[in-house]
Amino acid sequence: MKDNPFSLWVYLSQSPLLWLTVTLLVYASTDAVSLATRRHPLANPVLHAMWIVGAFLLLTGTSYTTYFAGAQFVHFLLGPATVALAVPLYENRKRVVASIVPMLVALVAGSVTAVVSVVLLAELAGLPRDVVLSLAPKSVTAGVAMGIAESLHADPSLAAVAVILTGIMGAIIVTPLMNRTGITDFRARGFAAGLAAHGIGTARAFQVDEIAGVFSGIAMSLNALVTSFLVPLAVTLLVR
Amino acid sequence: MLASLGLILLCQLIGEAVVRGLGLPMPGPVLGLLLLLILLLARDRFALLARGPLRDDGVETASKGLLAHLSLLFVPAGVGVVQKLDLLASHGIAIILVLALSVIVTLLATVLTFRLVSRLLRQQDAR
Repeated sequence: MKDNPFSLWVYLSQSPLLWLTVTLLVYASTDAVSLATRRHPLANPVLHAMWIVGAFLLLTGTSYTTYFAGAQFVHFLLGPATVALAVPLYENRKRVVASIVPMLVALVAGSVTAVVSVVLLAELAGLPRDVVLSLAPKSVTAGVAMGIAESLHADPSLAAVAVILTGIMGAIIVTPLMNRTGITDFRARGFAAGLAAHGIGTARAFQVDEIAGVFSGIAMSLNALVTSFLVPLAVTLLVR
Repeated sequence: MLASLGLILLCQLIGEAVVRGLGLPMPGPVLGLLLLLILLLARDRFALLARGPLRDDGVETASKGLLAHLSLLFVPAGVGVVQKLDLLASHGIAIILVLALSVIVTLLATVLTFRLVSRLLRQQDAR
């Protein structure tokens, strides 16, 4: 310590401990701000944690790979958290079974809209072909979207970024948009949030209403299934 | 608590193994979700299963703990944006607009279909 404070930084910045701590502390503060604003959509904790940590990495010249070596312990929990969605599903099973038909129809309508709209809009915007392909699976959860992008020979890391951006925008837009449509059915609102904005939408839905969260979780799981089939098909039909 | 986390991981592990083994086009954790759901439903039917993490809300409490901070889990992947700054500099505005429009259209299509179908069903029931 006495001779070179810089060597301590070199040691810490390469260890998983530092970046895991940074991720947790930054998120804890953005989440506290979100709570203090009574979960205002624009105070989305993921959005703000993302740019603060990102800026921190750029300022310290740390590579994403080094950061991820620490943050992977958090990232890993996405899988178990998906499994854990079984519990709210189980506890609300009666309501879920009672709305099975509207759910399935909305699932098909929503998945098709998600994929077709993004491919058509991206083509219209004149984005390069590999970008269009990487954006196509953006409404499903990151792991699945990366798998789909890989099978299309697109860029999985761009797909992951598109997924997160979609999730954040969906989570920000969903409450004001739904309030404007005047729809107060939290089953339908939650289902839409999970379908369009996967886990980030689901996290938002749980903040607003427990039933919305349950339906959002179901939509997110089902959409992961449907989109895996749908994207290759849509891409063959729609991409030049 | 520990056994409950173990059970959640076990469901995911079996899910991943089956999906890989059979080449199913679905994510492993989603199959794990189905598995845990079946276990919880089976427990209500067969008292034999109601032990360990499946007793006294064990797995329920652990799951709710995980889901309470669901947003946090997306932060590491989200920070990956720093790797794509050059692409965002050249195509960022178009990409953001495309994604934003698409997510709005998708939200509306889904919520309106859901409401329409459940209203039609209710009318049918009333008749």
